[in-house]
Amino acid sequence: MAQATLRPPKSYSLLQYEIREGILFLLPAMILIFGITLFPILFTFVLSFTDTPLSNPSPQNFVGLSNYLAFLRSAQFWQAIWRTVYFTVVSVGVELLLGLGIALLIHARPPGWAFLRTSLIIPWAVPTIVNGALWRWIYNADYGALNGLLYSLGLIEKYRPWLTEPMRALNLVILADIWHSVPFIALILQAALATLPLELDEAAAVDGANAWQRFWFIRLPLLRPAILVALVIRTVEAFRVFDIIYVITQGGPAFGTVTISYLTYLESFSYGHLGSGAALSFLITLFTLVMALAYIRLLYRPEAQG
Amino acid sequence: MKRWRRVVSTAILLGLMALVLLFIYAPIAWLVLSSISTRAELLAVPPHWIPEHPTLKNYRDILIPGTAVSEVARTFSVTLRNSFIVAGSTTLICLVTGSLAGYALARLRLPFRNALFMSILGVRMVPEISLVVPLYIIAARLALLNKPIILIITYLSFALPFAIWMLSTFFESVPRELEDAALIDGSSRLGTLFRVVLPVAAPGIVSTALFTFLLAWDEFFFALIFTSTIAAKTVPVAIAEFTGRYAVDITAMMTGGVLAALPPVLLALVFQRYIVSGLSAGAVKG
Amino acid sequence: MRSSSRFLMLMVLVALVLALAGCGGQAATGPKVVKVLAMQQAGPTPEEMNAIVNEFNQKNPNIKVEIEYVSYDALHDKIVTAMATTPPSYDVILVDDIWYAEFAKAGYLWDVTDKIDAQTKEKVFATAWDITTVNGRIYGMPWLLDAKYFYYNEKILKEAGFDHPPATWEELVEQARVIKEKGLVEYPIAWSWAQAEAAICDFVALLYGNGGRFVDDQGKPAFNDEKGVQVLEWMVKTIDEGISNPASVSYVEEDVRNVFSQGKAAFALNWLYMYDLAALNEQESQVVGQVKMSLVPVFQSMAQQGLKSATINGSMGFSVVDKSPNREAAWEYVKYLTSEDVQKRYAAHLLPIWSANYEGEALEALKALNPATPVTVPMFKEQFPYAHVRPKVPYYLEGSKALQLALQEALTKQKTAAQALNDAAAKWVELQSK
Repeated sequence: MAQATLRPPKSYSLLQYEIREGILFLLPAMILIFGITLFPILFTFVLSFTDTPLSNPSPQNFVGLSNYLAFLRSAQFWQAIWRTVYFTVVSVGVELLLGLGIALLIHARPPGWAFLRTSLIIPWAVPTIVNGALWRWIYNADYGALNGLLYSLGLIEKYRPWLTEPMRALNLVILADIWHSVPFIALILQAALATLPLELDEAAAVDGANAWQRFWFIRLPLLRPAILVALVIRTVEAFRVFDIIYVITQGGPAFGTVTISYLTYLESFSYGHLGSGAALSFLITLFTLVMALAYIRLLYRPEAQG
Repeated sequence: MKRWRRVVSTAILLGLMALVLLFIYAPIAWLVLSSISTRAELLAVPPHWIPEHPTLKNYRDILIPGTAVSEVARTFSVTLRNSFIVAGSTTLICLVTGSLAGYALARLRLPFRNALFMSILGVRMVPEISLVVPLYIIAARLALLNKPIILIITYLSFALPFAIWMLSTFFESVPRELEDAALIDGSSRLGTLFRVVLPVAAPGIVSTALFTFLLAWDEFFFALIFTSTIAAKTVPVAIAEFTGRYAVDITAMMTGGVLAALPPVLLALVFQRYIVSGLSAGAVKG
Repeated sequence: MRSSSRFLMLMVLVALVLALAGCGGQAATGPKVVKVLAMQQAGPTPEEMNAIVNEFNQKNPNIKVEIEYVSYDALHDKIVTAMATTPPSYDVILVDDIWYAEFAKAGYLWDVTDKIDAQTKEKVFATAWDITTVNGRIYGMPWLLDAKYFYYNEKILKEAGFDHPPATWEELVEQARVIKEKGLVEYPIAWSWAQAEAAICDFVALLYGNGGRFVDDQGKPAFNDEKGVQVLEWMVKTIDEGISNPASVSYVEEDVRNVFSQGKAAFALNWLYMYDLAALNEQESQVVGQVKMSLVPVFQSMAQQGLKSATINGSMGFSVVDKSPNREAAWEYVKYLTSEDVQKRYAAHLLPIWSANYEGEALEALKALNPATPVTVPMFKEQFPYAHVRPKVPYYLEGSKALQLALQEALTKQKTAAQALNDAAAKWVELQSK
């Protein structure tokens, strides 16, 4: 990030000019970004202390902290948080392991590796909603491919419903998410692997380090920034998961797949309580920003040292 | 001995690769096969993995209004068009405003540069659900609901920070000497950006455009909340709404799914070089 | 400074593009556009609804109706999110019985009490007016008078050795056991017990068949009393025993129709529209000619007290949106859609709300309208008096979600039936006090 520059030092007025130019250049984007995000976030904050109904959506009926208190006391809220954390940890964890594995596989350059890399792009580019619809059809209790496959292989005696048990439904939604997102991580990591200097690796090999040692002590530390980027993006995405649940299970069975985003949707747009919906979404924003801050600190440390 | 080990390890690698490819292509195959099956074959138990009577009728029904009485046909092509308009406009605006901002962040000596960069990264992480309620209220007041413009504006909330982030990475990699030469020749900053920096960073622009388009094409939540008629409804919403008739209209669903996936998948495959370089830029940047 | 002037031009350009995009698609002068939101599930098919729209547009060149459909489960949320726009995204909306109180309270619906003449009032079933009436004011035209009916596959029953459909749920279980033992179908009965309103409908039918009630006379929840707990425990037991299709926990009505139409269930509970599609439609069904209807059974204890049947009333109405700029034109369409003539011509999946059609000669004419009506019309006359309505309260949706959760929690063994229902009842009381 340090701006090592070959340019001659400029006079103070030139710097001022540059700043003024910079502001002009940044202005349109900043107006758009902060207009669309900062103002709404503040608005959400105000709204979260009210009892505003969807049918008359202008902030009204100040109720103090009661929206927040109601959630903190509600079992449904904590269950949704727990499910969201479970979804995030399991899906991102599995995706990272599989993604790293696939990246290493590509990096080993077996015959046909380029085809594999191209193939990875497909699941990643399939829209999330299509992905959801597809997996819902795969899990279909009466005609789905999962039943068909297991039945044809003789692993089950008769077709069975897959999405009727809360925990299993959640895990199957995670599987659908994994299919969609592993390629993203694999592609990022294989791109990063390709840029790593080979000399260290070769030197270590000459010194007698085995493949595992070379991976653990040389490649993995070098991959750290790339892994972190992939983690940041995926964690934040997984934490806000909504689309795929909306399509596959609609929150069921028995609210077993209601995540925090889904709960916010229900509060705001099914039950019409914009006020408590705002309180929830403000809590999500806080969670996410804390997470993001932690990540950004992690991300920038290695570079600051380098 | 050594050769033998090599053969074994290649075999293992190939085996692993076959597994990964199976995991990737099996669901895709099921999607495509479902879309060219007749309904009767689709409801067979166990499934006809290879349709005995493959047909393109589902595609005809969904794409050509008038060939089928189905309601799917009438709305689907309209939502497809909406998706193109929204994703295309979002991409365009992101490229224009994002280039300016990305350039300023990459090149100009600004005192608040780091703070700004952090906050843009932070904004990128704000979940849509946190913005949706107030945006909904504002859009309702301004009578913007149910128009493509509201989607274009709100999509900028996540697409623009992303575009700025990527573009500034690419601009940083443009050799500074090129710019300095132009600046010394009396070219303005804006002129330098357009005549010198952008052409050199063209691959980066293509990458950014692709990613932004895919992000906007994929978006569902804002579209679900902000649109209610086919005046602005996008493809993901149309597909989600057909899940009610799921058990019955499965062929239409899967056909719609293939059609909705085709533009992003084709774009990504055709420009895969840029996708891969974009991902590595993002990763290297950190 | 050259750069900043160019830069300004660019900004202006961006603003222009935005403004243009915003103005695009505004309708110019011409016929008044009436936008209608309907559903594509139960009742007439979208294709039939489109045909009615075309008729109306041809007869009324100064009005142009545009109709759109969503699934039932998306309908409520779509309406409430669309209502905040000015002018609203829709001029006419399809409203379920259970939403009228909520929508009327929110001010979404046009009060049409004074637009309905005495003659119309007279000729439509009194129970139909109950659908669209809130606190004595009428907020729309009733359209779909529906209830869940009991369907059975006569061929499967015969093969199992039964010559009549079950009259009680206990009898159904007995017949189902035989059907299952003989391997005729794996799971004899399919239900719509997904986490959706559909589950409430089935539960209410069973609840009243067991002598239970949704709410008591004071409006306090009564679904969690002894009768309600028995019903829910029975539901769980039939799944455990393999009599009810375990996938029912993820089914809505269309899944039930699908399973039944493929010959994979001997019994099903569904709305009227399934008769035509399952019993007569070769394209939709593998069991054409085998499908019969009979009264929805009740539990033995109630049958002994003389109760013949109990089911759920699932009626809907079409209403004009209060903020619509074209209320009169919209009302014209609603009147056309619910008119006697149109309802008679499209009676395959929906029966007329006009009571005179069910008497004397008109009844014979109604029965002869299409291949389905000889069966469905008499069945309607017999079944509809046993249909029970769900509470008409503004907080219904949220209360119902709590009850849906309770049913699912019991069906998926998260909680006992009593515990789940008590929790839902507590939520209901809490909503009431708000």
